[in-house]
Formats: sequence, C-alpha cells, structure tokens
Amino acid sequence: MSRGQGWRRAIVLVAIAIACALPFLLSNFRLFQFTQVFIYAIALLGLNILTGFNGQISLGHGAFYALGAYTTAIMIDRWSVPYGWTIPVAGLLCLTAGFLFGIPALRLEGLYLALATFALALAVPQILKYFEHWTGGSQGIVLSKPGAPLGLTLSPDQWLYFVTLGVLILLFVLGANLLRGRTGRAIVAIRDNPIAAQAMGVNGALYKSLTFGVSAAYTGVAGALSALAIAFVAPDAFNVFLSITFLVGIVIGGLASISGAIFGGLFVQFVPNWAQEISKAAPWAIYGIFLIVFMYAMPRGIVGALRLAGARLARFRG
Amino acid sequence: MTRRTIVALALVAALGPLLFAGPAGAQWPGVTPTEIKIGNTNPYSGPASAYGTIGKALTAYFKKVNDEGGINGRKINFVTLDDGYSPPKTVEMVRRLVEQDQVAFVFQTLGTPTNSAIHKYLNEQKVPHLFVATGATKWGDPRNFPWTMGWQPTYQTEGHIYAQYVLKNVPNPKIGILYQNDDYGKDYVKGLKDGLGEAGRKLIVLEQSYEVTDPTIDSQIVNLKNSGANVFYNVTIPKFAVQAIKKSHDIGWKPLHLLNNVSASVDVVLKPAGLEASRDLITALYLKDPTDPQWKNDQGMKDWLAFMQKYYPEGNTKDAFNVYAYTVAQGLVHVLKQCGNDLSRENVMRQAANIKNLSLPLLLPGIKVNTGPTDFYPIEQEQLARFDGERWALFGEVHDAGKK
Repeated sequence: MSRGQGWRRAIVLVAIAIACALPFLLSNFRLFQFTQVFIYAIALLGLNILTGFNGQISLGHGAFYALGAYTTAIMIDRWSVPYGWTIPVAGLLCLTAGFLFGIPALRLEGLYLALATFALALAVPQILKYFEHWTGGSQGIVLSKPGAPLGLTLSPDQWLYFVTLGVLILLFVLGANLLRGRTGRAIVAIRDNPIAAQAMGVNGALYKSLTFGVSAAYTGVAGALSALAIAFVAPDAFNVFLSITFLVGIVIGGLASISGAIFGGLFVQFVPNWAQEISKAAPWAIYGIFLIVFMYAMPRGIVGALRLAGARLARFRG
Repeated sequence: MTRRTIVALALVAALGPLLFAGPAGAQWPGVTPTEIKIGNTNPYSGPASAYGTIGKALTAYFKKVNDEGGINGRKINFVTLDDGYSPPKTVEMVRRLVEQDQVAFVFQTLGTPTNSAIHKYLNEQKVPHLFVATGATKWGDPRNFPWTMGWQPTYQTEGHIYAQYVLKNVPNPKIGILYQNDDYGKDYVKGLKDGLGEAGRKLIVLEQSYEVTDPTIDSQIVNLKNSGANVFYNVTIPKFAVQAIKKSHDIGWKPLHLLNNVSASVDVVLKPAGLEASRDLITALYLKDPTDPQWKNDQGMKDWLAFMQKYYPEGNTKDAFNVYAYTVAQGLVHVLKQCGNDLSRENVMRQAANIKNLSLPLLLPGIKVNTGPTDFYPIEQEQLARFDGERWALFGEVHDAGKK
C-alpha cells in the first residue's frame, strides 16, 4: 500500500467515525440537514459518474430524482410496501429509465445532450400533474416518517440519518470499485478520446448507455431517500432548478471526484441558507457571489483545491 | 502539524458552532416577558415570488406594532424565511423555525403544496399553524388537524356563492366554464358544482381548461361561445383573465360573466382588458380593492396608505396582496391581544378559534371574522359586485357560507 492510499483510508475512516457520532451530538433539526447533505451527495455522485467521469452533460437529473421519490411515495402510499423495499426498486426503475434514455442520447453530444436532458427536467413537473390518479396531482402525497425498528431507541430523524449514511457508504464503495477498475478506465477513456477508446475495443455505445443508467439509478435512490426524509412529494419540489443545483454541486465539489460529491452536497445544502442569513432581499445574488468566488479560488472544485494543498504541503515537507 | 491534525481541526472548526445552537427553554417556547417570536415562510425567490410582497408587508406591519409598544408589552419578533415555493425547502425552514429558533407558532406560511408538506409535522409537534395563505379547503379540519387554521374564504366557498346567484337570477341558465387545470381551478369548479346541486349540474354545457404555461386561451373562448352558454364562469389568473375578457368582447359574446376573485383587480386585470369590455362583470369580494376609486376617502384605506408610505415605501400601493397582508396581520394581533398573558401554544390556538364578529378596516363593510372550536374558516363571507365601467359596485346581501 502506498503512502497516499494509507492517508486516504485514514481520512475516510475518521470521516465515517465522525458521521456516526453526529446523531448523538446534534439536534434533530441539524441531523435532518445532514441527512439531506447525504442525499444530495448520493445524487451528485450519480451525476458525477455521468458528467465528470464520462463527459456527458445532463441538465435533467432532477427528473430521475423525482422518479425515485415518486416510486417510493406511490409504493408506500398505494400498496403499503415497507419503505426499505422501495429504495432498491426506485434504483432499478431509474436504472432502466436512464439506460433507455441513454440509447437515443447516444446520438447527441455535449450541448445537444444538455438540451435534451433539460427538456426532461422541464417536462417532469407537468407529467406528474397529469397522472393525478397516481401522483396526487399538485397536492402531492403525504407520507409518514419511518421510525426506528423495534429495540432501537433512536428518534425517527436519527434512524433516517443512519439509513441514509448506510446507503451512502454502500453506494460510494460500489461507485469507487466501479470507477477505479477496468470499467472506470473505459468510462474515462470514452470521455477523453472516444476514437482511441473504440480502437482499444471499448464498446462506446454500450458503456455510455450503461453509465447513463447507473447514474440515473444513483440519483433515483437519492430521490427515494428524500421522499422518506421530507415525508412529502409534490411536483413543485422537482422543478428545473433542482437539476441545475445538481450540476452546481458536482462542479463545486470537484468534477470526476468521488469525495467531491460530499463537498458538493454540503455546498448545495448550506450555502443558500447562509446567503439568506446575509441578505434577505437578494439571497440568490449572494449565492451567485459565493459561486463566483468558489470557482475563481478553486477552479477544479473543492477536492481539486484540497489535492493541490496536499501536494504543496508534501513538497514543503519533503 | 501533521495533515491528520489539520483535517481534524478543520472538521472541529466546521462543525463546532453547530453543537452550541438553540436557546435555553422558557416557560412557553418563543415567548419571553418582552418578546413573542413568530415564524413564517414566504417565496421571496422562485416562480411564485410575486407573493413575496405578503411577507414583506407582514414584516412592515409588525414593525409598526412594535413601534406602537407591541402587544401587552411584548415586541413581535417576526422571523420570515425564503422557501422559494419548494416544499422540501419549506420543511427544512419550518423545522428550523420550530426546533432551532423555537418560535411560539407559525403564521401565514404561503402556498398549497408548501403548507401540505408541513401540515402533519406541525400538528405532530403541536405548534399552531395559523392563518395559512392559501385558498384550499383542507385547512379547516379541526378534528384531524387541530393545530392548523386557514384565513381567506376558500375557492369552493366562492364557487358556491356564484352557483346560488345563477340559480336565483338567471332564467334557463346554460353555464360554460373555463378553469386552470390545477387544484386552484378544480376547487373553484367543485364549489360551483356543489352549489348547483345534483340537478343543477346539468346546466353546465361545456367545461374548458388551460395549462398555466399555455400562451393563449382564445380557442377555448370561441368553443364556449359556440356551446351556446349564457353564463361564463371564468376561473383564471390575471394574465388569462385579461385575455378572456378581451376575447369574449371582441367576438361579441355577451354572457353573464362571473370572474373569480383571484383576478378582480381593477388595475391589474380590468384596465388592461378594457374598461368597456369589463362592464357588467360580476365577482365576489371580501377585501377592499386598493385600485377601486370608491374607497378613496375610506378611513381604513387612508390608514393603510399611510402605513405603506411609512413602513413599506418600496411596496406597491396598487397590489391587493399588501391589503391582504395588512388585514391578516391585524387578525393575528387581535388573537394575541385576546390571549392576554397566557401565550402558551394551547391558548394561542384556543383564542384563534374564539374570534367573534371581528371587523377589520379593509374587509368590505359587513364582513366579519368568526371562528369557533369546530369552525376553522375565519372568513366565510363575501359579497357580489358588478363592474360599472369604473368601479366594483357591491350589490345584494353579504353571502355567508358558514350559515348552512
């Protein structure tokens, strides 16, 4: 094991230890916020697999987030399915939807793909209103927050935090294995030089569609968790702005970086609130300033800046 | 310093402040001898930000109350947060207000989907959810949601009033309906149908809907005219109301035109549509329209204008939302005064459900606020008005949906 890997492992373990301690230190409200950070982080990792690693821009991941959220909400509300089962179902459904959307998307590159996915994001709130019988129309669906299973003396917020943390760790480990192996190299090769990748025997079409599917599945699982955490779904929660927020999150966190998703999640969760604290009159102007400052100071995202700082530190000591 | 220590320090620095949040408990949450803390969410940004003026006018009104000494010696600390009309954000912000800021209660949260998202939570937490800013019908359900109360007349109430008017006054009515395809539109249509009753429903000859994203509704108007309808029930928001009034005038269709209260503003709707084309429109009102010349010398309206100039000078004095906010804030102040020195959440709710014949200066003459332990609909009265080419001329008696 190289020195760098050892460090990385240590940081991850410390981070997990802190994450596990938080429920016993923070108020339920703060936990709810961190649960949302984790949910965003899962969605951002999904989008990052597609955009950061594979180079396909999506402005429509809010649609998959909505699909996941509604899958969970409808299964619980209509068929009284235990909530635990709804999460993998939401993931599988989004995997299929993403894969199918990925096939026609193969013909579109760069900005054209961005526009096609943007259309998806625009359409979703209206489609949700159209299938009123299932989705409850613009009234949405109200759910109950799942409590901790018997024998555990945790508040619903603590329990949901641990569930989300568990899903997050599982998906991040799976994601890391996928991206650091042969498949990951193929995914990145397609981004960097599609022709060379084809020449080396990478099936571009298949990999791109599959990447789209996996990416959508991650986002869908995040959506399912968000339905549980918010205990309510409505079309107004899944407007175009959500998709843009995801894109902001991965760029701020760090493109093509797994841990970047966590930093991106922290950013999209907390910075709008800080902006509002600073100015109630123009919170989005303040948010914009934050964005510009972040992009100016850390052009490669938070993870990029941390890596750079780490490298400088190593040189300084070495 | 090793990198590990730096990481650890950074984490402590980032998370530390979070550990020491939240004030210590008092006798009643959000209440001290000198302050009452009230929570609110409003869409200051996002697609519904036109409503944001309500939150600003509320803030301004409470400033006025505080300048005049507060309520029973307590100043109002009105904490209003932006939710961008996004239900998940509303949940987060309201949880912050309740759990971290520890407000005494939540007041005038705006929007139907946003309030739906916090409805259950606030009732579980037993936090008063007072006078929500939406016309949906579900907010007056004290049996299942004893901590939530509406404010304005519901859309269904208004539809009911039109139905009664048509049944009484139009011989052989044939009703054509145009409505926005969402909860708001459907609530209005349901109110009309309920008011018409089983037999009366046959009087509806055609229903047309539109999406809020549609560019025009011209073809719907033509269809309605061709259906032979002699009553036009117009359930549209201002942009489409202007089009509907203009188009039906242009194609020479002269039905009895019932225009929903949502679009009754003289300045915003009737003037752009043409005052001549707007003649003889009928609507139901409960607030005084600030752009209607008949209130120019009304004392309530003068006081409101003085308030706007002093406390909210950047606000639009033609915007009926500012009249709305002023009135609902006065309603809350009445409840808090009635609470006396017992500002427990239970008593706030008890007093909110104990408003008797309250008149407020910008409610139409004769309209009163009334609630009771089983009546969580504060304003249930409206009066019909006909547009005479210049102003809304009130006619007939005040309709009271509360009297069944």
